[in-house]
Amino acid sequence: MEYRADNFDVAVIGAGHAGIEAALAASRLGCRTAIFTINMDAVGNLPCNPAIGGTAKGHLVFEIDALGGEMGRAADYATIQSRMLNMSKGPAVQSLRAQVDRRRYSEYMKHALELQENLYLKQAEICALRKCGDGWELVTRLGAVHQSKCVIIASGTFLGGKIFVGDVNYEGGPDGMFAATSLTSSLRELGITLRRFKTGTPARVLRSSIDTTNLECQEGDEIVTPFACDTVTPPENVAVCHVSWTNERTKQVILDNLHRSPLYGGDIEGVGPRYCPSIEDKIVRFAEKKRHQCFIEPCGLNTEEMYLQGISSSLPEDVQIALYRTMDGLADVHIMRPAYAIEYDCVDPQELRLTLEFKAHPGLYGAGQFNGSSGYEEAAAQGLVAGVNAALKIKGDEEFILKRSESYIGTLIDDLVTKGVTDPYRMMTSRSEYRLLLRQDNAEERLTEKGYSIGLVSQGQYDAYLERKTAKYAEIERIRKTVFSPTQELNDILVSRETTPVTTGVHMDDLLRRPQVDYACLAAVDAQRPELPMKIWKQAETEIKYEGYIKRELAAVAEMKRLEEKKLPESTDYSTIVGLRLEAVEKLNRVRPENIGQASRISGVSPADISVLLIWLTKQERSQ
Amino acid sequence: MSIIASIATGQAVGGIGIVRLSGEGCIDLADRVFACASGNKLSDSAGYRAHYGSVSDGSEWQDEAVAIVYRAPKSYTGEDVVELCCHGGPAVTRMALRACIEQGAQPAAPGEYTRRAFENGKLSLAQAEAVMSIISAEGRQAALAAQAAHDGRLNRRIDAIAQQLIDLSVRIAAWCDYPDEEEIPEVTDKQLTDGLSDVLNQLVTLRREGETGKLLREGVDTVICGKPNVGKSTLMNLLSGCERSIVTDIPGTTRDVVEEQIRLDDCVLRISDTAGLHDTSDQVEKIGVERTWRRLSECALVLAVFDGSKELDDDDRKLIDSLSDKPTIAVVNKSDQQQKIDIEYISNKIQHTVYTSALKGDGLAQLTAAIMDVTQLAGLDPSAGMIINERQCDCVRRAAEAVEEALNAACAGVTFDAVGVSIQYAIDCLLELTGERASDRIVDGVFAQFCVGK
Repeated sequence: MEYRADNFDVAVIGAGHAGIEAALAASRLGCRTAIFTINMDAVGNLPCNPAIGGTAKGHLVFEIDALGGEMGRAADYATIQSRMLNMSKGPAVQSLRAQVDRRRYSEYMKHALELQENLYLKQAEICALRKCGDGWELVTRLGAVHQSKCVIIASGTFLGGKIFVGDVNYEGGPDGMFAATSLTSSLRELGITLRRFKTGTPARVLRSSIDTTNLECQEGDEIVTPFACDTVTPPENVAVCHVSWTNERTKQVILDNLHRSPLYGGDIEGVGPRYCPSIEDKIVRFAEKKRHQCFIEPCGLNTEEMYLQGISSSLPEDVQIALYRTMDGLADVHIMRPAYAIEYDCVDPQELRLTLEFKAHPGLYGAGQFNGSSGYEEAAAQGLVAGVNAALKIKGDEEFILKRSESYIGTLIDDLVTKGVTDPYRMMTSRSEYRLLLRQDNAEERLTEKGYSIGLVSQGQYDAYLERKTAKYAEIERIRKTVFSPTQELNDILVSRETTPVTTGVHMDDLLRRPQVDYACLAAVDAQRPELPMKIWKQAETEIKYEGYIKRELAAVAEMKRLEEKKLPESTDYSTIVGLRLEAVEKLNRVRPENIGQASRISGVSPADISVLLIWLTKQERSQ
Repeated sequence: MSIIASIATGQAVGGIGIVRLSGEGCIDLADRVFACASGNKLSDSAGYRAHYGSVSDGSEWQDEAVAIVYRAPKSYTGEDVVELCCHGGPAVTRMALRACIEQGAQPAAPGEYTRRAFENGKLSLAQAEAVMSIISAEGRQAALAAQAAHDGRLNRRIDAIAQQLIDLSVRIAAWCDYPDEEEIPEVTDKQLTDGLSDVLNQLVTLRREGETGKLLREGVDTVICGKPNVGKSTLMNLLSGCERSIVTDIPGTTRDVVEEQIRLDDCVLRISDTAGLHDTSDQVEKIGVERTWRRLSECALVLAVFDGSKELDDDDRKLIDSLSDKPTIAVVNKSDQQQKIDIEYISNKIQHTVYTSALKGDGLAQLTAAIMDVTQLAGLDPSAGMIINERQCDCVRRAAEAVEEALNAACAGVTFDAVGVSIQYAIDCLLELTGERASDRIVDGVFAQFCVGK
């Protein structure tokens, strides 16, 4: 029996990382918002690695934070070890990663949802979604019918979830939870194309069963950088990780049992992530590699469960035991939760607009793994954008679309929506053509203004940002004007850094552009240097050091901007444009790009097609 | 689209001249200016048919002509096309064109035929450019180079270079994308610098060949210079095979710069005979001498002529010393007479020396070989695919600069994420050349350069 329940502006299906940001954004922008979770203990769950951030993903967290999202604050709250990755590789690719206490993270997020005004957190499985006038009806398993103007689907791996361990498979969600089994059919009825993706996770093992004596120990950074700009006291390192390796014996166990893998047996139809393969996949695909790395990470402070990063598997449980026990330090390892693969339903993101709204279904949005991505951070980023856009739509305000040139979030969404996906999409720095512009350290300068004008960034956060920005530009200006005399002291520094001494006065910015010289090493000769937080002088240093490259990327941005300013009318029927190749017509009609720039990124649309579109547009303009 | 018309065969005197019409309705229009001898209408004609008849402008004027009908989409532009083949000569074709325009055709804008062909899906961007180059090609080799670009040989060559850069870029990306704590694909400075150096060499070669190719198409801007009466004009006449310069034994006969276009083997020389270089008080001659010096600074090849029967004097030495940076051939003339010249002084400064007797016609083969050598035309295989226009040259130049920047940065120890920015830019430049990265700038740039007609 159905019964009429509640009315909302925005309803979010799923309370994982995408759902949380979507619900918080919508409710903070004044929408009466519901967020449904299949299990109240699964809010903000980390069913895979107990870590937030990492290469390119760290960038996403900083961007979410700059826009007023929650992920960075939760991560800081739950951090037990923090590392800035790629310190030696240059500013574009430095990424923060924090090991977090997964219970603590989840607890923070659940509480944040509970405390949020306008937001109602409910345990319910949404079994049906129906169009109802201009809005939607959501039906729970217990028969409650909720009405909502907008709906955001953030179903993660729950939707049509199926677990695989060897030849055993059953319907199920992550971490032993129920799958959402009914919603899929009502999405199909709406004409939404669904596909199957899969992902996997390694075993959790008992800490005391690991012998770390001969394992490399990995500690956190001496100086910890928090994710959130308003975290006053940086988190402390209170845990360590260890590094183990697979070996020839591991390989042998896997090869001997490969026929028992559901991946190779053909039971799994879903496509797995290329960038995060299971150990059996690694052994087969990289047969020449003698060993594979495994990070042993604590799942939290009040638990002895350890996560074996890099060794996910869908082999049978007995094979798992055997293979883990071949590894260094794991000879007597005790598995607490076995590894598994999970297959789930997701959408073809080319059916979405850049706002993450379905082209064919106004008011219906998708976010996270449902859109074909993988990863907590990718999910949260989309959740934020979907939540903001749902709220803006209800208010009748202008859409919120981030550009590729201003954010990884914009790059992520443009990639999903424009290029589509063939396997779960993971963010990487190489996905961006503007790496040096999209650094972690300048995320707040790129996005705070936007977050503030939408209404997600508080006055306090905004004022603090403006202060830092002013200080940074003042310091850049000071550095440019500073000239050092060729003193012995200066030359001693330069020689100790293995770079040429100077014989005449030299500008500080010219010195900083030398790869061997940094801001810190010039302290002794830089008499006028003000006392500044590291965050600020580091940024000033980077912007001077990489000025030439940044300019080059800015020129590329300007070039693309001209193409993006050439708007393609939404009603365009590409089959009427003479000269376009058939494949291009089909792709363009499907994606319906908003401008020439977006069209140029669609695979199957060649540069010649773009030339045709440009000429066609010119002709249209002329004839008007 | 409107009907456009233009003279398709250039403005020079020739056997026939073609006026081309393109656009929907152009066949009907052609019926108003052209009458088939058979009495049939062109508008009843199938495509790919030629009709004999006469063209007229409604006045007394008329001319015998052949009209060729093309039906869309089987034509160069993809539209209906009529070509009126009239008698050659600017006057006749202009009359025919005017007749078409009076009947409602629009004069074609530069490159408009090719633009329409491109818009109608008949040509790729690279093909469109190559067509333009074929039209303007002078000499067999230039035509070969243009043909190679048309076939995609240049594209393949550029693609191969771009691929090398992409491979490097991919390695850097992988290096960046994996955290430093993991076992990562290592990128060594040496791999990077070796790869970049190799690419840079190829780009430099491509540019050099492009410069040489430009010489093929446009001719080598050559200056004949030397003291008065060493035989410059005789050499010029020998090269051009006709008496173009006024030859007397009175020094200073050539008071101005005389220009001539001549062909040697596969190479076109745009050759200027100049006033003899010496101190003079004659006002007119003085202006000529000044012009000669100016021409010397501008030209691409210098043929410095000396009288082998005389010793070098200050004027000779001044000339020799001023040419050390120029591609120069020392032509020691009057080899049929007793030699008194200080050859060593010349060969210390100028790499190539040939002996001629302009009067007797000796030494022409050696001179030709030396010209091919100095201009690097000899070693050039134009069918390998060359850059053929300014836009392509500009792309290669920008790519080479970016690769050089990346190389310098890598050598200086700049982090790879920044080095990658320069490499990416170089890749973009190369893909812009092949048209794999279209931008509105390319399309506009290409078509602005097209000549009227094909």
